[in-house]
Amino acid sequence: MIIGSLLLLGLFKFPLWNIMLGAPQYPQPLGMDIYIQGIQGVEEFDIQNIDGINHYIGMKPIPKVEEMWEFDVFPKVIGLMVALGVIIGILGFLGKVSYKWFLGWFIVMSILGLLGMYDFNLWLIEYGTDLDPKAIMKLENPDGTPMTYKPPLIGYQKMLNFDVDSWPGAGAYMILTGMLLTVVAFFVGKKEYKKEYN
Amino acid sequence: MKKSINILISAIMVAGLVSCNDGGTKKSKSGSQGGLATNAAERVYVAPGEHDEFYGFMSGGFSGQLGVYGLPSGRLLKVLPVFSQNPENGWGYTEETKPMLNTSFGFVPWDDSHHPDISQTEGVLDGRWIFINGNNTPRIARIGLESFKTEEIIEIPNSAGNHSSSFITENTEYVVAGTRFSVPVPQKDMSINEYKGNFKGALTFIKVDQESGRMNIKFQLMMPGFNYDLSHPGRDKSHGWFFFTTYNTEEAHSLLEVNASQNDKDFIAAVNWKKIEEYVNNGGGKKVPAKYAHNVLDEHTHTATSTMIDEVLTVDPLEVPGAVYFLPTPKSPHGCDVDPTGEYIIGNGKLSADLTVHSFTKMLDAIENKKFDGEAYGIPILNFEDILAGVVKQPGLGPLHTEFDGKGNAYTTFFISSEVVKWKVGTWEVLDRQPVFYSVGHGMIPGGNSRKPFGKYFVALNKITKDRYLPTGPELTQSAQLFDITGDKMELLLDFPTIGEPHYAAAIPAEMVAPKSRKIFKLAENKHKYAVLDNSDVRVERDGKEVHIYMNMIRSHFNPDNIEGVKVGDKVYFHITNHEQDFDVPHGFAVIGANNAEMLIMPGATETLVWEPKQVGVWPFYCTDFCSALHQEMQGYVRVSPADSDIELSWTLGED
Repeated sequence: MIIGSLLLLGLFKFPLWNIMLGAPQYPQPLGMDIYIQGIQGVEEFDIQNIDGINHYIGMKPIPKVEEMWEFDVFPKVIGLMVALGVIIGILGFLGKVSYKWFLGWFIVMSILGLLGMYDFNLWLIEYGTDLDPKAIMKLENPDGTPMTYKPPLIGYQKMLNFDVDSWPGAGAYMILTGMLLTVVAFFVGKKEYKKEYN
Repeated sequence: MKKSINILISAIMVAGLVSCNDGGTKKSKSGSQGGLATNAAERVYVAPGEHDEFYGFMSGGFSGQLGVYGLPSGRLLKVLPVFSQNPENGWGYTEETKPMLNTSFGFVPWDDSHHPDISQTEGVLDGRWIFINGNNTPRIARIGLESFKTEEIIEIPNSAGNHSSSFITENTEYVVAGTRFSVPVPQKDMSINEYKGNFKGALTFIKVDQESGRMNIKFQLMMPGFNYDLSHPGRDKSHGWFFFTTYNTEEAHSLLEVNASQNDKDFIAAVNWKKIEEYVNNGGGKKVPAKYAHNVLDEHTHTATSTMIDEVLTVDPLEVPGAVYFLPTPKSPHGCDVDPTGEYIIGNGKLSADLTVHSFTKMLDAIENKKFDGEAYGIPILNFEDILAGVVKQPGLGPLHTEFDGKGNAYTTFFISSEVVKWKVGTWEVLDRQPVFYSVGHGMIPGGNSRKPFGKYFVALNKITKDRYLPTGPELTQSAQLFDITGDKMELLLDFPTIGEPHYAAAIPAEMVAPKSRKIFKLAENKHKYAVLDNSDVRVERDGKEVHIYMNMIRSHFNPDNIEGVKVGDKVYFHITNHEQDFDVPHGFAVIGANNAEMLIMPGATETLVWEPKQVGVWPFYCTDFCSALHQEMQGYVRVSPADSDIELSWTLGED
């Protein structure tokens, strides 16, 4: 349980999500790493270069840290969950709280995770569809509707000349492992409990 | 699929099913092997998107530049501007680069570049810098192999025909520049027929700073008035010595083709530079007035400065006993080459039928035991028989240059008999000969003049082209030929055309250079005086008749792009900063009626072009390098008003 929740700390160091943009002119794809505290280029100038390309189709620049409340709140929420997890773990180890708290933590974390994904998807939609009306290139879908540029939440998509890959980063795998560990902790706790009381 | 077909074809050939490839219709001109009879095509084929194995740097000769080629494909990768103005990118036209071509003779926009040499550490190529000489107005340039840019040019005083240059010692301690033409030192008004005994030949040792690469002249050895033709450093056991071929030891000043070809033997001058360095470090030598330019391009300001230096330290060889000896060498030797062990010094006697090889060990012995055969201007001449290591007998006609493969073999070029001859170092036995098309000058093996050659290819740099390519009128390109030298016999693989007239060349494995090749200049590190890093600093300022436009550019606009208030008779400086930080997104700048050139501005750099409008009107400027889908939109206007107009300066971007 303690290790599981501590794995969440990895989010401060490793990206939660990664989006790569390859194109004929970019044999070395441009990429952005999404951290809970902000978005960074995979290479030093990738964000600037993605923005440079996006301005043709009227997309807004990729948000800076101060432009999204998420980058302020997410680290705090994660910090809180780590602290809670460690406390529950210690108390559980000492037998002061029930193993059910482990599951409780997992459920709360899962809900938060889903909310996070939902929020991330909302941002992707806004980023990909709220386009500058004076955009240099205004493209239409075959059915005549304006083309939008929402990157996939997860997976691969071809967008104009770009191959877009959006996949969880190392941080996401660490959360997942951490959360699984708490489930393991729950079952171990349950078994111990049963051993003790049966 | 393609590859498997090739393999199949070669397999069939190996089986001997294809024995004749010219069908009897055309005489094969590629020597004993036709290209198709071997798998030559496959061995020089670099598939689309693949990279060559070596960078080849071929001097641009009378173009004054340096050609960068991929080997084995022979593809031209870049013409790297050095000594000549290059309107293609603005080298020597922009305010930043004009000082690079400054000399004591003023601005010299052209030179004749001859002998590139790559920096070494412990006798092995290290890929930090490449040096090359300007022959006509004596200069040495240093090119950084991260930016592939000429970073420094130093002029050589008291020199003329800077030909036995630019060769470096095995730890790049010195780059050496010898004069081909002896001249009065200091220069003065005197009768030409008083040449003999009065003219001097300066051999210049330029110290290289190991961190920055910066060059400064440590000393000039003032030798007798012979012609110092080519040179090479000693290496390994002979490290600390430098060897220079001479011709015209007759000291003729007219009709040299006859008068400088009379002596049976000329000399190789052996110079113990470590001894002279010690003498100089202990206060030896004489400072004399001189005038020469030292030009440096700063990578952060993107701007060159030219400093005129007014004295140079000279050394009289007679003042340093034991530092200089003459090795008699038959018939006007041209190339002077030292084998990878440092033991053998090859004099390529261009009018001789034999190749003379001196022994370094025997040379030291002859010096110690004073086996002299007279002296010239007080410099001891060693006894020819006592220093001779061997003679390559009758290898061909007109030997010019020798390179080494690191496996104990030497490859000598023969201009007159138009061939390359492979011979064994030590036994002096001829192993192979191959014709070249036509009349080869220098030859080059990657690292072939270092302690560690990469003996896979030999490139013949030919002087005469004739019928090798489709005719293009009387003026033809020069031609290079690539041989595979991994087998017992040399195999001709490829012809490829070269820019200017390559003299010497140098090559290095690509992996020693490619990974550190620069992609952009960081805008944050741009310290140019007129750089506009922030859009709020975009402006136009007037200073009398000078107008300074502080402009920047990014896909796909200039900022500003509408400028008014310029007047006829103004001198307009376009200082433009490229705000891109993306690989391979330079922008160009050209303005109508500019009397100079365009300029290409790399990402993160600032360059300046001067424009002097002569006519009233509204004149456009535009980006010349197709940068983006909206490249055609990347343009602007300058309104030029009459000289007496009172229109104020104004500048805008995106306003109606």
